[in-house]
Amino acid sequence: MSAIPVRPAAAAVAPRPGEPLLIASRLRREYRLGAETVHAVRDVSLTIGSGEYVAIVGPSGCGKSTLLHLLGAIDRPDGGSLAIGGRDIARLGDAEATAFRLHQVGFVFQRFYLVPTLTARENVELPMAEAGRRGADRARRARELLDYVGLLGRERHRPAQLSGGEQQRVAIARALANDPALLLADEPTGELDLRTGAEVVALFRRLNEDGTTIVVVTHDEELARAASRVLHMRDGVIVHDAPADREAR
Amino acid sequence: MRFALASASLLRHGPRTLLAVLGVAVSAALLLDMVMLSTGLGVSFRALLTRQGFDLRIAPRGTLPFDTEATVDRASEVARQLRGHPAVIAVSPVLGASVHVPRADGSIAATALGVDQAVQGDYELLEGVDVAHDGAIVVNDAFLAATGARLGDTLELATGYDPQLRAVVGSRRLVVTGRARFIYLSADQRAVALRLPVLQAMGGAQRTDRVNLFMVRLAEGADADAVQRWVGQRIPRVTAISTASAIEQVDARLSYFRQLSVILGSVSLIVGFLLVTTLVTVSVNERIGEIAVMRAIGVSRAHIVHQILLESLAISLAGAALGLGLGLVTARWLNAILVTFPGLPEAIDFFVFKPRAAWTALGLLAAVGIAAGIYPSWRGASLPIARTLREEAVG
Repeated sequence: MSAIPVRPAAAAVAPRPGEPLLIASRLRREYRLGAETVHAVRDVSLTIGSGEYVAIVGPSGCGKSTLLHLLGAIDRPDGGSLAIGGRDIARLGDAEATAFRLHQVGFVFQRFYLVPTLTARENVELPMAEAGRRGADRARRARELLDYVGLLGRERHRPAQLSGGEQQRVAIARALANDPALLLADEPTGELDLRTGAEVVALFRRLNEDGTTIVVVTHDEELARAASRVLHMRDGVIVHDAPADREAR
Repeated sequence: MRFALASASLLRHGPRTLLAVLGVAVSAALLLDMVMLSTGLGVSFRALLTRQGFDLRIAPRGTLPFDTEATVDRASEVARQLRGHPAVIAVSPVLGASVHVPRADGSIAATALGVDQAVQGDYELLEGVDVAHDGAIVVNDAFLAATGARLGDTLELATGYDPQLRAVVGSRRLVVTGRARFIYLSADQRAVALRLPVLQAMGGAQRTDRVNLFMVRLAEGADADAVQRWVGQRIPRVTAISTASAIEQVDARLSYFRQLSVILGSVSLIVGFLLVTTLVTVSVNERIGEIAVMRAIGVSRAHIVHQILLESLAISLAGAALGLGLGLVTARWLNAILVTFPGLPEAIDFFVFKPRAAWTALGLLAAVGIAAGIYPSWRGASLPIARTLREEAVG
């Protein structure tokens, strides 16, 4: 496998020298559940530097995924501020947020969510096509990324012809398609067995070693231990923020 | 990529898409048939009235040609007056009557037209020779079939039957010299044509120098309306109707056909619209998580809208293409049934195909395809991404 292929024009969002990649201050998100107001994220503040690998852990319903959605600009906070690469993300309109996600954020989901009628390569090409990259260029890069995640021979396979671990690796390649500044993953091993989960953990570790900034929400202790820093959340609040026990890796 | 995604979404549930396309095809076929029906009779009547090149039809005052049994008296004088107008190049007088062919077991009735064979426009000779002398008749196939006569046979024809005397009146022995197609009569209506003076004479004093109708041909470029007004002033006992105004009158009488067509066509469009909207909405609902993820990875709302509209349009256009063929077949079949309606001129068609009808139907269905995609595409594009992902994760 080669090193992560990087597009020359990448990293349009870059923090100023010495500044963290991501700065969140007193982020707050509430939503209604029937008559009840759920305080999913309460005044969360954090900074993440370029090249960090952060795991967010905590019990179900503690606000991990909501925080991840806020960091990825697919949800808007009810209060607080959020800057990524010096850009205020919390106040982006829909079109700006969409463009931001397309170019600066890569998402990996628990259920892979590949388009079932497209091949592995076409799934990886999808964000690049949306970004306006030409067919031959995006096909070449899709092959490079599939090679990086170890699926070069499977590029013409459709999701149904791939195992769960392979589908998740295609989803990771798709997330990397436009050279995002930040890779966000929500329970990426949640649907995988131990062996394929371990493969994904190894892939994330390698991605981080190759320079990708990663924030991962997980219940998987193995995946959390692979991170350089672990945030513990409870009831919408970060209750513990510490480097991972690297000795335990 | 959008086209690939749209076609892939449709092919994902191939049988369901096929059923929807077939549904739209039925709707499109009905729409095309209704568009053809709404204009077909008018077009057909127009062709019928203009095919022999006559510009004016002159009937007894206050009547339409052959609408009543009224006749114009002193017909030769009227014909002379008409021929005196500089724009008139031909006058064709026509007298209609019922005739009988006596048989041992009764008689066979037929419609007879007394014509001037040199300028007549009522029939087209298919075989034999025209009514070249007073003892000749040309007949149609229905007459030949009913009487068993053949060309060259001599038949006795009478204009009436006196039940008290149990005898026919106005009888003549005439030779069948030709076989013809009568343009304004139905195919199953037995018909004969003979020279006008002969039919007038067979009718006795009641029909002497009388006709039901004059058909008038004008010089090229002549103002038919001006001649019509001239006739109204100079010969007040007749009514002149120009072909254009006759077509207008026919159009007015056919307005209920058009209304029916518009209503049924609209219903077919609404059915097609609901069908496509329902199918595409179901498809979007099934892919709600997939769409939310596409939005999350940076796919724009416009992309989602375009993709779903493309799906909707593709179903509509595929259905339309299939439906146009189906519509032509059903129109032909329905036309074959309707033209057998008793008394309808043989040359009349209910469904007349014009390329414009197909384009109209195709355009309407394309518009319906786009309209049908509006709701599901709005639904897909306006999904709250985070909430949908949360609900999908829980589900």
